[in-house]
Amino acid sequence: MILNIARKELKSLFASPMGWTILALLMALLGNFYLTGVNKYFEVMSGAVRPAERVGVTIFVGQTVFGIARYIMLFAVPLLTMRLISEERRNQTLPFLFSAPISLTEIVLGKFVGLIIFLSILIVYIFMMLITLNIWSDIDFGYLIANSFGLWLLLGSFSALGIYFSSLTKQPIIAAILSFISLFALIFLESMFASDPNHWFAYVSLMKHFQSFSRGMIDTSDLIYFFLFISTFLTLTIRRLDAERLRG
Amino acid sequence: MSNLTLEAIELTRLFGGREAVKNVSFQLEKGEVLGFLGPNGAGKSTTMRMLTGNLAPSIGTVKICGIDMIENPKEAKALIGYLPEMRPIYKELTVDEFLTIAARLHKVPSKQIKKAVEIAKQKCGLSHMSKRLIENLSNGYQQRVAIAQAIIHNPLVVILDEPTVGLDPIQIREIGQKHSVILSTHILPEVEMVCDRVQIIDKGNLVFHGSIDELKQHRQGNKLMVGFAKAPTVSALKDIEGVIKVEKAEDRMYRIHFKNKQSPADAIVRLSVKNRWGLYQIAPDQTSLEDVFVQLTEKKQTN
Repeated sequence: MILNIARKELKSLFASPMGWTILALLMALLGNFYLTGVNKYFEVMSGAVRPAERVGVTIFVGQTVFGIARYIMLFAVPLLTMRLISEERRNQTLPFLFSAPISLTEIVLGKFVGLIIFLSILIVYIFMMLITLNIWSDIDFGYLIANSFGLWLLLGSFSALGIYFSSLTKQPIIAAILSFISLFALIFLESMFASDPNHWFAYVSLMKHFQSFSRGMIDTSDLIYFFLFISTFLTLTIRRLDAERLRG
Repeated sequence: MSNLTLEAIELTRLFGGREAVKNVSFQLEKGEVLGFLGPNGAGKSTTMRMLTGNLAPSIGTVKICGIDMIENPKEAKALIGYLPEMRPIYKELTVDEFLTIAARLHKVPSKQIKKAVEIAKQKCGLSHMSKRLIENLSNGYQQRVAIAQAIIHNPLVVILDEPTVGLDPIQIREIGQKHSVILSTHILPEVEMVCDRVQIIDKGNLVFHGSIDELKQHRQGNKLMVGFAKAPTVSALKDIEGVIKVEKAEDRMYRIHFKNKQSPADAIVRLSVKNRWGLYQIAPDQTSLEDVFVQLTEKKQTN
């Protein structure tokens, strides 16, 4: 049932030019950064004489691409999540889902999974793009996999939060703005508390937990953080839709 | 199990302290078409949303074939098809795509989906529209898509909220042969054409509940509208046997009230010919739905 809803979401994403356009634009942007990354690598490395200054090509290019990817997705994910629930509410199509024999949990999870599948297409593309480095050098696959996995979890968190804000309102644009602002805050919380890195506020920051992945390390405590983040917002969404049924 | 497909037991729904629906109970039998009438804002849609599990009742229960909607929503929802007032269709999809999704979400086994879509399209007269985007269909056809969506899984009970834009009464009757139907409307002639039973709701209260004939009687009443070119005096009309009261309506028209089953139509025609009154119109005076509502609500209050 969850997959059926996910299929429906994917279908409506790709039924309009929206899904295709977003994928194409994002890939064009990231591809551009990939190319400049490779060019810069040669520039920088030809200047670095001492061995200590040298960095592997995977880390150098990977950092450029993944570093920029999370900021681009900060804009892209709210645009994708905004329509998930609020547009259905505006078009009055929610009763279609509510009167089908599916639970609210299945509806919300289905929508989330649908979006994650869409975003996974993008991550797989990024991964494949970086693998092409392997044609002329030896690359660190572990580093790429950890980074992709981290980005995947990060996008999952973005999506969960975006779905929640989408369930709060009837206007997709308001949902997008709200989720963008809160994601922005969550990401930059860490730099706001740079002087006191052990403050609990800094610990809440999404970026802090992404850092271990971007160093090529999969840390279970960060895994749990992302898992909790996603499940919290999905639960809140379910609660919110349930309240609608009770309150009317 | 008896023949009951749907039971509403003492449904009450509060919106911020105000009762939108008050203590409404009714039952629906297999293969029956129940008309749900009422003026705007009477609580028709609220009741229907409760019946379909879109809204939780404040008090009371809904049972579909004995399955409680609140305790086992999934099982109960599988047995109903619902068309809300605002049609829930995804306009960016084609008719086939949308109906396939509807079938899938209603747990039609995957091997039968294609067949179910074909049958639903055929029933609603959509077969030649399969590949069209719903967005590009006319208003009436969009409504048909919404109805097809409600009957695609062959539910026992079909609940249609103001469905008649897209369907002619014959099609609704056809649906009624296989499913029990509840349909709401505020157009009275429509109800008389399709329904077996009628109930009228006003300000959240169920004010009338009965067969279509009882409603017709309420509606036609014992009144005649008569028009004369050379009008006789009121007293001359009043002397005719069976007449209780004569009211002068606009422009040489008279509204004649008569005793039950003693229609003076024949006598009026004969007298008119004899006395050269110049009768040019004689017809049963049909009360509008609003008048029926007023009658019924007043009757309820005096009781």
